[in-house]
Amino acid sequence: MLWDALTLQLGYNATLVTVGAALLGIAAGATGTFLFLGKRALVSDAISHATLPGVGLAFMVMVAVGGDGRALPGLLAGSALSAGAGLLCVSALTRRTRLSEDAAIGAVLSVFFGFGVVLLTVIQSMSAGRQAGLETFLLGATAGMLWNDAVVIAAGGALVLALTVLLRRPMTLVAFDPGYAAAGGMDVRRIELAMMGLALAVTVVGLKIVGLILIVALLIIPPVAARFWSERVTRVVALAGAIGGLSGYGGAAISATAPDLPTGPIIVLVAFALFLASLLAAPGRGVLAAWLRHRRHRRRVHLRQGLLALAQGQPIYEALTLRLLRRAGYVRADGVATEAGRAQAAKALLDERRWQILRGDPAHEAAAARYDGLTPPERWLTPDQIAELDRHLGPEAVT
Amino acid sequence: MPLELAAKHGRTTAPADLGRSPLAIRGLTVSYGEKPAVFSVDATFAPGAMTAIVGPNGAGKSTLLKAALGVVRPLSGRVTCWGRPLARQRGRIAYVPQRASVDWDFPTRVLDVVLMGLYRELGLLRRVGPEQRARAVACLARVGMEGFAERQIGQLSGGQQQRVFLARALAQEADLYLLDEPLAGVDAATEKAIIAVLQALRAEGRTVVAVHHDLATVPDYFDRVFLINTTPVAEGPVAEAFTQANLQAAYGGRLATAQMGAVV
Repeated sequence: MLWDALTLQLGYNATLVTVGAALLGIAAGATGTFLFLGKRALVSDAISHATLPGVGLAFMVMVAVGGDGRALPGLLAGSALSAGAGLLCVSALTRRTRLSEDAAIGAVLSVFFGFGVVLLTVIQSMSAGRQAGLETFLLGATAGMLWNDAVVIAAGGALVLALTVLLRRPMTLVAFDPGYAAAGGMDVRRIELAMMGLALAVTVVGLKIVGLILIVALLIIPPVAARFWSERVTRVVALAGAIGGLSGYGGAAISATAPDLPTGPIIVLVAFALFLASLLAAPGRGVLAAWLRHRRHRRRVHLRQGLLALAQGQPIYEALTLRLLRRAGYVRADGVATEAGRAQAAKALLDERRWQILRGDPAHEAAAARYDGLTPPERWLTPDQIAELDRHLGPEAVT
Repeated sequence: MPLELAAKHGRTTAPADLGRSPLAIRGLTVSYGEKPAVFSVDATFAPGAMTAIVGPNGAGKSTLLKAALGVVRPLSGRVTCWGRPLARQRGRIAYVPQRASVDWDFPTRVLDVVLMGLYRELGLLRRVGPEQRARAVACLARVGMEGFAERQIGQLSGGQQQRVFLARALAQEADLYLLDEPLAGVDAATEKAIIAVLQALRAEGRTVVAVHHDLATVPDYFDRVFLINTTPVAEGPVAEAFTQANLQAAYGGRLATAQMGAVV
């Protein structure tokens, strides 16, 4: 069943939804990356909640002029307008008052959303509004999706993606170093508005599938997950697009396998699963890799300190140090150093003495900066330089 | 501009007139809230010279640079570059912001940061080709960082970060370099390297203006000084303007006697 869904064999509607969700996910992931890198991720939350009054007002206007209140293009246009108003409110509040951005986001988000809920309640009581089903925009609903709806979503997603690629350089520069961008003549505010405008477009396009409450997840989770895998903006953008697309595709497919599985929430859960996998398994920035690196480093430190203590005849108290020395065959079970242990200990002490000479000599400043207490100086110096150091040590130390 | 200084740099400009000055500021005021950070500043920076902007903490040194470049919006004032409006001359100006102003955990490599210096030239669509990459590597080499091109910027020391920022500005091949505290908190080797690069720029006839905090090194590194404490205090060749009286006027009671010793 799931295989059928993943290979788009569950019928017309399911196929439309799955392809649409994948496109939406790609656009959302790529666009959201710039918000995330510019530390503006939460702005998307304000934008998405600010769509609701627009949906309600658009419905009322379309009914008032005698049209079909549920026409998707009209509803999306309305939601875009009110989300745009919300975005400008956040921007103006942050710039013109002493409110910080998070406070402005909170204020705008709740006021717009509250107003939207009031409008929907009013619409429920209108004679034309009974079957409107506007509340599906909260969490998304894909059951009755039409070909035209899918085209709107696909075209919108593709357009957003194209604009994101086109504006990648200015958006990268503004996210990394707005001062430098402004000094180069870039209109930083306009670029930031474009960045948030693209998020707005994704939100509006995604209303039908994911709904306004969860679209934020699709804008934020993919970039956060992608960041674990790469240290380059272009790759983070591409990966975030891929993770978003995968989430959309997989989530929509899973939800198509049973009649009552909601599409939006499942897409978000799939995105979360990919995030979790990235958090744990990514090399470099992943939690597991960091833990392993820390463990290896700690062992090296303990072993080294243990050898130095052996060489100087000092007692060793730490259990981990003793255990590591024993396991390496450097001390016997009763704590006495073995042949190999004595040799290694002497070498460690010699390394340390050589470093001491090296670090006291201004001529070796560059090499001295490499000192970490663990690495033998041979790693950075030529045999000639080592021999030079040993002349300062005196003959008895080098045996 | 004194004649011997002009002669030294192969220039015969008369006392810096507006038309020649790479950066001329008139009546510039910037306020944060209701307190002017810089007030009614006139400044005419001499072409082909290395000028230090010097003043106490909170004197508006960085703000002056940022306002001159339009990074912060001034309340009043006019800025011309080589006698023309700033907007027309952006391509000839390179800015090196304070190192602490950016997030160094940003996902980007050293080479990518230097390539940002070419974004203006590349526009939105042109791809970064081997020629641009070679130029960026050459700029890294000028600051002694060619071995770090592939490093993630978060792995750099403070001094290395500052050099990368300078390399990005070099990539612009500008005629005017504006630097905000390029020597703040960097190691001795970096300080030497940066000053060598700046002096090389001056030798090529380019203009360097740097916010500088270390009074002791002003006479060694710079040939002109602009003293400011919200309003301009003095401007001119180091020998004439960098005097105890002017420093006292700029710093008031805040000038430590030890620093004074270094100056006299």
